[in-house]
Amino acid sequence: MTDTWSVAGRTFTSRLIVGTGKYKDFEQNAAAVAASGAQIVTVAVRRVNVSDPNAPMLTDYIDPKKITYLPNTAGCFNADDAIRTLRLAREAGGWDLVKLEVLGEAKTLYPNMRETLEATEVLAKEGFLPMVYCVDDPIAAKQLEDAGAVAIMPLGAPIGSGLGIQNRVTIRLIVEGASVPVLVDAGVGTASDAAVAMELGCDGVLMNTAIAEAKDPIRMARAMKLAVEAGRDAYLAGRMGLRKYADPSSPLAGLI
Amino acid sequence: MGCLAKAKQGGYAVISVILNGEARQVREGSIADLVASLGLDVKKVAVERNRAIVPRSTLADVALAEGDALEIVHFVGGGC
Repeated sequence: MTDTWSVAGRTFTSRLIVGTGKYKDFEQNAAAVAASGAQIVTVAVRRVNVSDPNAPMLTDYIDPKKITYLPNTAGCFNADDAIRTLRLAREAGGWDLVKLEVLGEAKTLYPNMRETLEATEVLAKEGFLPMVYCVDDPIAAKQLEDAGAVAIMPLGAPIGSGLGIQNRVTIRLIVEGASVPVLVDAGVGTASDAAVAMELGCDGVLMNTAIAEAKDPIRMARAMKLAVEAGRDAYLAGRMGLRKYADPSSPLAGLI
Repeated sequence: MGCLAKAKQGGYAVISVILNGEARQVREGSIADLVASLGLDVKKVAVERNRAIVPRSTLADVALAEGDALEIVHFVGGGC
């Protein structure tokens, strides 16, 4: 049986969402997306370069008809800017599934939760389906869900830090409390981090820098694909219990 | 004010707008005309005029006015 997950009525088989920033060029980016098996990519909304309209565009390399573009509000530091960005994104792309992030400060890129909550409410009222970047706080996660978030996306560690999941307990608490998908967004540095997120029961993982800044991004994209699948399988398999002391794997009976 | 500010250039009425944050002289006409004159594919961009979204289906119907602030955006690579 195929393992799938759904967000706002859309079903995907890949639980890995990848960003499209920081790559050497569009070719490498497209190859990494292919190697990752991702069906969703995050994209940013920016001014077109009116002095060079023929500059290559992301859409020329990653086909929005085949890969779901998830417009993201990275770089927005207040609710108004984020909402404005996503209104433009909806017009540019023609879809309502979006990723909201409202940042609090440049140093940590931690979310401003007050503005995030306010923006979630406005977006939900306007018919958007916001997947929301947030702190790893189970209460904040519930508030976002009540406000209309279609997915909760807690950070594992600061964006771009590669520190891995810093608080497994809070991520697990969010998973247990949520009735919408939970995806770790930010902080993954290497494959084992992605596996940890999935072993905690998350529905998926979003990453960018861990792949884009690897020495070999395409190989790391493949590693992340496998790690997400392995972590998901381990979660579904149900891990063994922890013991304080050893327990031999070979029978004790019949020892010579 | 709009009429006074208009200037004739090469036989066309030219008006001043703010395009993506920069002052620019453009030919009078619709937003669709402007997008086309910039060499952009209208299907790949979104346009905001004076902070309000202009739906793609109406770009040909909305005339530019003197002093309009326009944002023309598209999708670029980005992460978390």
